[in-house]
Amino acid sequence: MRFQLIGVNHKSAPLEVRERLAIPESRLPDTCRDLTAYPGIEEAMVISTCNRVEVVTHTVNGHADLRGFLHDHFHLKPEELDAHLYEFREKDAVRHVFRVASSLDSMVVGEAQILGQVKEAYATARAVGAVRGQLDQLFSRAFAVAKRVRTETAVGSSSVSIASVAVELAKKIFGSLHGKNVFIVGAGKMSELAARHLMAHGCASIFVANRTYERAIGLAQKFNGQAIKFEDLYATCDRADIVITSTGAPHAIFRREHGEQFLARRKNRPMFFIDIAVPRDVSPDMAKLDGIFTYDIDDLQQAVSSHVADRRKEAELAEAIIASEVERFEARLSTLDVVPTIVSLQDHLETIRQAEIDRVRGRLGQMTPEQEIAVEALTRGIINKVMHTPITTLKSAAKESEATTVVDVVRRLFNLQVKGKEAAAPAAKKDEVGTRG
Amino acid sequence: MSLLWLRFALGCYLIGLVYAFVALNRTSDLFARIALHAASLGMVFHFVSLVEVFVSGHFVWAAVHNAESLLAFISMTFFMIIYAVYQTVSPGVVVFPVVFFLTFVAAADQQPVLLTAIVQRGGWLAAHIVLIFIGYAALLVSFGASLLYLLQERRLKSKKPTSLISFLPALETIDQIGYRSLLLGFPFMTLGLLAGSVVAITKYGHLDFLDPKILLSVLMWAVYLIMVFTRWNSGWRGRRAAILATFAFVAALAAGAANYFSTIHRFAS
Repeated sequence: MRFQLIGVNHKSAPLEVRERLAIPESRLPDTCRDLTAYPGIEEAMVISTCNRVEVVTHTVNGHADLRGFLHDHFHLKPEELDAHLYEFREKDAVRHVFRVASSLDSMVVGEAQILGQVKEAYATARAVGAVRGQLDQLFSRAFAVAKRVRTETAVGSSSVSIASVAVELAKKIFGSLHGKNVFIVGAGKMSELAARHLMAHGCASIFVANRTYERAIGLAQKFNGQAIKFEDLYATCDRADIVITSTGAPHAIFRREHGEQFLARRKNRPMFFIDIAVPRDVSPDMAKLDGIFTYDIDDLQQAVSSHVADRRKEAELAEAIIASEVERFEARLSTLDVVPTIVSLQDHLETIRQAEIDRVRGRLGQMTPEQEIAVEALTRGIINKVMHTPITTLKSAAKESEATTVVDVVRRLFNLQVKGKEAAAPAAKKDEVGTRG
Repeated sequence: MSLLWLRFALGCYLIGLVYAFVALNRTSDLFARIALHAASLGMVFHFVSLVEVFVSGHFVWAAVHNAESLLAFISMTFFMIIYAVYQTVSPGVVVFPVVFFLTFVAAADQQPVLLTAIVQRGGWLAAHIVLIFIGYAALLVSFGASLLYLLQERRLKSKKPTSLISFLPALETIDQIGYRSLLLGFPFMTLGLLAGSVVAITKYGHLDFLDPKILLSVLMWAVYLIMVFTRWNSGWRGRRAAILATFAFVAALAAGAANYFSTIHRFAS
């Protein structure tokens, strides 16, 4: 396992530094090629998002000069960059990749976007041949781990922005938002954002009322909606299922009597008021009406912070999953290291067995089918017994650091030739192995 | 043998019953899935039990344990239809305990208690029972939905993020479940009562509206009618709808209890 990772993220580097390192999507393939051509690097992949730039590699000997690559590639001096870099090797690199894919290293823990970005980066690197064996396995596993984290914990299940909490609450009231109407009262930035979220989730149409009618028209045009004169507010408001209000009015503009009128005209169909104005636009006694739901800015903030706390709790569970997955991955890779040797050993002994049977067949004369079966069973039994101890030793050694030594000894003892590059002995020993047998 | 199948069904419904109690305190998708599968399996056993008793010719429409078993099965079928349409197990919180209770009584292996007055096996009697049971099942679901509506409304208004909110479906979904059950159940209940009237008139030549059974049944039907009307006309939901649904449900229970003291629709002792 000779993984090596270097990078910057939102925690280690300010935006100015991340901007200088960001690699546009169109240049990612070339960067991957440059990396694989760099001394000591076998495979490489680059993850570049607005919050992180990371280079993940599988190296020849675990000590590639990735810092040097970054300095050269981005034309940056060490003093400009090095203080912001983090670097992980082997097991730590695996853990970091798993955490990134599972969105535990994200600015908003649990956000779903990062997994898609990592998958894109992987696809790009794979397309140019920069990801082949070990990195392929690492990222395939990372995607499985991310999926496991998402299914087994609730780390990504709750919303952590005011706008998304508003959408979530609206869904708790109305189920699907398809066909629902939204009314914006007071054309502010925040209500626009909330409206945008609601429209993205299927709301049908939008009405905008503002004291300055022109601003209402301007905002309504953005959403293909309808501007309403402020004096017509109470006459039209019941057409909306969701009202987002954020006027600068010093007193509540929606009071209980308005709510009663709306409900009567709507045949008691529920209405959801999102009040982001301070002081509040919706009088607290509105909430006492059956069918009227009001959430003010504090209620929304409270929902957001409780979700953030929930995510933090779930993130702890996710970390435990990742820790066990790192162990599993390491064990699996180590076992894979000894597999070619085991296969060679089996092939080698099988060849000897066949040769010996052929050799003595003449002396044994014509054998009955039963005798043939008995000889087969006898010789196979001997071979299996001979192989048992070396194979178990190889498998258990795979889990320890002595794997390389044991593999080497077994190959020497049995004069084995291992096929293929992935024959797993450390690359430093590759040439030596290749000349044997 | 049919009793054995029914007891297997009862065992499966028991899981549903446990779910109903657990779901009120904590959310568990896994448990909801287990309860759903157990309920489906229970329905299979239940169906086998009903078919067996029917094929054997021992099915007596007016026998209490047969009737209760049938009502439980129809209620479960209603629940499953709702699940198929809305993908929510939450009405089980109300349906599962009632179904368990009905199946438990039906599976208790008591001597069948017959209704003294109604002993004929006519088609009108079968129609009366099946139609009215569909009406009852719809009423049960509608009652359950109005309770869940109240619960969800209260949670949303309390503004405290709790896990229960995520266990319940959206308010409007619960509302639709309740309203559609109401609309679907009403014609069945009406036709069921008409069929019952035909049976009574055939037997006695007239209807005694002062008999507790008939009086309570008419009262239940009237509340049902008011529920449908207020919902259709003024969109009554939430607390008011829940109060009416509770009235209708209590009237239905009272109409059931009237079997013990009615003169024309009475259990034998």
